[in-house]
Amino acid sequence: MAFLNGLKCRECGREYPAEPLNVCEFCFGPLEVVYDYATISEVVSWDSIAKGPLSIWRYKDLLPAEGDDPVDIMAGFTPLLKAKGLGKTLGLNNLYIKNDSVNPSFSFKDRVVSVAATKALEFGYETIACASTGNLACSVAAHCARAGVRAVVFIPSDLEKGKIIGAAIYNPVLVSVDGTYDEVNRLCSELADDYPWAFVNINMRPYYAEGSKTLGYEVAEQLGWRVPDHVVVPSASGAMFTKIWKGLNELACLGLLDGVERSSFGVDQNTVHHPAVTTKMHMQQAEGCSPIATAWNSNQSQVIPVRPDSLAKSLAIGNPADGIYALKVIEKSGGSAYAVPESDIVDGIKLLAETEGIFTETAGGVTVSGLKHLAESGAIKPDELTVVYITGNGLKTQEAVEHVVNPLSIKPSIRSFEEVFEGGK
Amino acid sequence: MGKQRVKFVFEENLVKQPVIYLLGQKFKIVTNIRRAEVGEDMGWVVLELDGDEPEIKRGLEWVSSTGVRVDPLGGDVIDG
Repeated sequence: MAFLNGLKCRECGREYPAEPLNVCEFCFGPLEVVYDYATISEVVSWDSIAKGPLSIWRYKDLLPAEGDDPVDIMAGFTPLLKAKGLGKTLGLNNLYIKNDSVNPSFSFKDRVVSVAATKALEFGYETIACASTGNLACSVAAHCARAGVRAVVFIPSDLEKGKIIGAAIYNPVLVSVDGTYDEVNRLCSELADDYPWAFVNINMRPYYAEGSKTLGYEVAEQLGWRVPDHVVVPSASGAMFTKIWKGLNELACLGLLDGVERSSFGVDQNTVHHPAVTTKMHMQQAEGCSPIATAWNSNQSQVIPVRPDSLAKSLAIGNPADGIYALKVIEKSGGSAYAVPESDIVDGIKLLAETEGIFTETAGGVTVSGLKHLAESGAIKPDELTVVYITGNGLKTQEAVEHVVNPLSIKPSIRSFEEVFEGGK
Repeated sequence: MGKQRVKFVFEENLVKQPVIYLLGQKFKIVTNIRRAEVGEDMGWVVLELDGDEPEIKRGLEWVSSTGVRVDPLGGDVIDG
């Protein structure tokens, strides 16, 4: 069973039942899930987690949906690799890669969508919808195929076909909207009000976002129930960034970190910071869409929306819903935010591929280039335990690195080969 | 009649403009502010608009034309 008490406004604190709501009716602030941690602490343990499936649902007691029959395409429990090659290049001796590009639909979105889809079915919805330019569409369509319910996916009409094939193959209702980015945004918000559908990142958002906590849980579990000194995370809306932090702090308060006693969640469980969580949270955005990093580095208390213009389309959210909360996490954790130059994105993709054998999408290029910046600036010391999150697969954005295809051309003879191949050596 | 929830973002040069007052004067729209913040660099207001749907659409087009950014409540919903 799900151990949640309901929803609570992050701004005014008003409480609501656990329903398909995302906005406070009073102040229009965002709603967050409120858990019954007292009961959770009685049932969850390292053993109970270890007995669960090798997916995000091993943490079902900490998720806001029933975990007994989830919509599960086996999202999560992705590899945590010691990054010897990349670490050597960057002078980091204790670097790990959380490779979330190997999820079933090839991005971390499977985590959040699995939770949202499960919750949507609990609420009785028969249609699950989203607006997306790539990863989210793929994940929603895949989960709906698994669950046997209708998926409706809205895409901008100028989206390249290659970006949406990974969703179209699951046979969703695909709606191409002839309008600007802002117009598509507005339309989908209005549709969410008018149609009895579960929009994963609108009326399902409080539940959907919680799926990203599993990125924190898994890293802690895979490190032997301890937290890293640093995590390096790409960011679009800021939700994943804040949820990794929340996940680590939940583990600490529940006594699930090695050597840490169980303790109270305090007045506001969504902003709790346990002293055992010493992880510094480092956010990476692409320069062409970096409203949160800009606000942090300019000491602004608000995030000023921008119109995205970046190679990293999966990070291109100009008006980030969780931007202000992400700023608070950076501050609390002693972390940082960096706007990676657009010209460094492909370099980051290539660096990861050439040193670790992992092909990531443009968002991963942002993350790796951001990590390089942190290492070079001395923000991360050589022996500090660092985890870099790679959240999407390179096969989704192949056009960004087409120029790497530059084969040696030869005739079908040994002589021709030896003429071009390093003098035959 | 319909209702729409939106967020207006005012950059520094627009913070002093009475845009919401004028929206109510120029169009048959009732504005109901729920939350707001004005800082040194920018200001934002989340509000509910009540009126005929075409009138709200015209009103929001006018607000956008003043340079104020108009967004759905809760940030962008198009995701990567």
